[in-house]
Amino acid sequence: MEFAATVLILTCTYALLAAGIVILYKAGRVVNFAHGELYAFGAYTVYLVVAALGINFFLGLVVAIIAGALLGAVIELVLLRPMRGADIDTVMLVMIGAWIVMQNTELLIWGGVAKAIVTPFSDAPLVIGPVSISWLRVFVLAAALLLIVTTYVLIHRTKLGKAMRATFQDADTAALMGVNIKGIFTATFAIGSALAAAAGALLGPVFLVTPTMGDLASLKAFAIVILGGLGNITGATLGGFILAFVEEIGAGYISSGYRDAMGFLIIIIVLLFKPTGLFARAERVG
Amino acid sequence: MKRALPAIWLVVLLTIPLWLQDQYILHVLITTGIFIIAAMSLNLLLGYTGQLSLGHVAFFGIGAYASALTTLGFDIELFGFRVVHQPWPAIAGLFVGMLVAGLSGYVIGRLSFKVRGAYFVIVTISFAEVTRLVALNWVELTQGPLALTNIPPYTLGFPGLGNYTLWNKAAYYYLVLALGLVAYVVISRLVGSRIGRAMIALKENETLATSVGIDVTRYLVLAAVLSAAMAGGAGSLYAHYLKIIDPDIFLFIYTVTMVIMVITGGKGTLAGPIVGGVIFGFLPVILRPFAAPAVQWILYGALMIVIVFMLPQGIIPALQHAIANWSGPTRDRSGALLAGSAKPGEGQ
Repeated sequence: MEFAATVLILTCTYALLAAGIVILYKAGRVVNFAHGELYAFGAYTVYLVVAALGINFFLGLVVAIIAGALLGAVIELVLLRPMRGADIDTVMLVMIGAWIVMQNTELLIWGGVAKAIVTPFSDAPLVIGPVSISWLRVFVLAAALLLIVTTYVLIHRTKLGKAMRATFQDADTAALMGVNIKGIFTATFAIGSALAAAAGALLGPVFLVTPTMGDLASLKAFAIVILGGLGNITGATLGGFILAFVEEIGAGYISSGYRDAMGFLIIIIVLLFKPTGLFARAERVG
Repeated sequence: MKRALPAIWLVVLLTIPLWLQDQYILHVLITTGIFIIAAMSLNLLLGYTGQLSLGHVAFFGIGAYASALTTLGFDIELFGFRVVHQPWPAIAGLFVGMLVAGLSGYVIGRLSFKVRGAYFVIVTISFAEVTRLVALNWVELTQGPLALTNIPPYTLGFPGLGNYTLWNKAAYYYLVLALGLVAYVVISRLVGSRIGRAMIALKENETLATSVGIDVTRYLVLAAVLSAAMAGGAGSLYAHYLKIIDPDIFLFIYTVTMVIMVITGGKGTLAGPIVGGVIFGFLPVILRPFAAPAVQWILYGALMIVIVFMLPQGIIPALQHAIANWSGPTRDRSGALLAGSAKPGEGQ
């Protein structure tokens, strides 16, 4: 049962990370290498608010999400807007450059020593029958679920979401229909970045905050989208679940050192037996 | 003049250890040279077949580990069997390193080329990450984070002259230079051959290449094997030069370094990786006196963005364009030829 609880929490946070990657890819064919840095940015923002400024943790979360959205919008305006129409590899290289700059800026500001975020949750765990789970993790789970559902609703049930989906399908036609596609791209990038920052802000207190925390987050998000396809948020959630499940099984039964290798091994196995991906229908040449 | 240029370059390169006093600069030249060989091998994939592999460091690291382990020997238990390998001479490590890297190139290429574009990029990164985690966790074989140490230098046997062990930096410099030249010649011959034309054709238009009977996967895998073997050779040089390797050799940033060397110089050009390699190899030397490591990396990342923005084709094609324009209409033919060689196949 505790295994299930851990898998559930990991699933939600992985889904949160992968959802951002997915919508950015759909919006502009951008493979966002800076995603992990936005994740780290979210964690550092919470740390700044809580430890340095001494303000409430929950307010820190809100600040981190807003700051993440703003940073994402800036990245889109400065780096990606001039690159519209460039091929996917070129955009990837620009984002790798952004990743290097952001990570080392964090290193410069905060130093390499890991930071711990103090939360207002008590150390006493929540005990339900045989399961005991810390209140912090319960909160992370609830918040992550809320964010995923909100994103889903935003994309599928609102006018902005409709405009976003139209732009993803065919930007030119959407523009002809009066959609402000430039604004949509910026908004999409802001939302995707906010999701990454939210994931970092939520997981920062669970783990430790370091400048390189984003690297593995990026790689795992990539692994998830390979599993679930760069297609939709549901696929990302399923991919997140598979990765979380296999990682926990692998860490428990094989070796904890190989926990992080599991995701990549699944990718290789998926490629061996089903190169089109687990949930994707179209051929993977994007 | 144009014909004399390579000869002049060669003389300059050959005499560097004779007049260069600064051992640090010589060290930078050697490591830069090793990374240029790796970048040249990456260029074969990225520049000529058009596949952006972000896992290239895997082959570099596999070559380094295979070579080091061949030389040092190992004693492990594999699936219940005891596998013992007695130490071999270091120079054998170079060949084993290339062989093992080439084989990995075959396996990884076979699997990765099932997908293209963003998926291909992510898959190649995954492979590199798996190799890093294996190097980190298979402690019995690789010593994990404790690193493989005391890797002996190469000993070259000259018939009739006896053996010569490469103890000093100058000797390594000449070895790297010689192998770099070999790699350069091999790649230039390959690119000009039928195989090279097939590779370029499938970069330009994969569907069209298939329709004229080019077996795309076969050529891609062939490019991957050659490229991986070369990168493995560079990894072996790196391991025996530094005498120590740890799992950090597989870090993503090394792949990024190779990629940016190729992109800066100009992908799909023979001289591109060399020009880009020299720039990014010496960037830390220039920045070191007045910038902290983190600041150096920030500038590195920023420079990468600027280069992709300003010179998306790279320095060499930009120069060729400039020369072609400058030489005017009377020499337009040679100019066109030069510009054409930068992106072969585009003229049609």
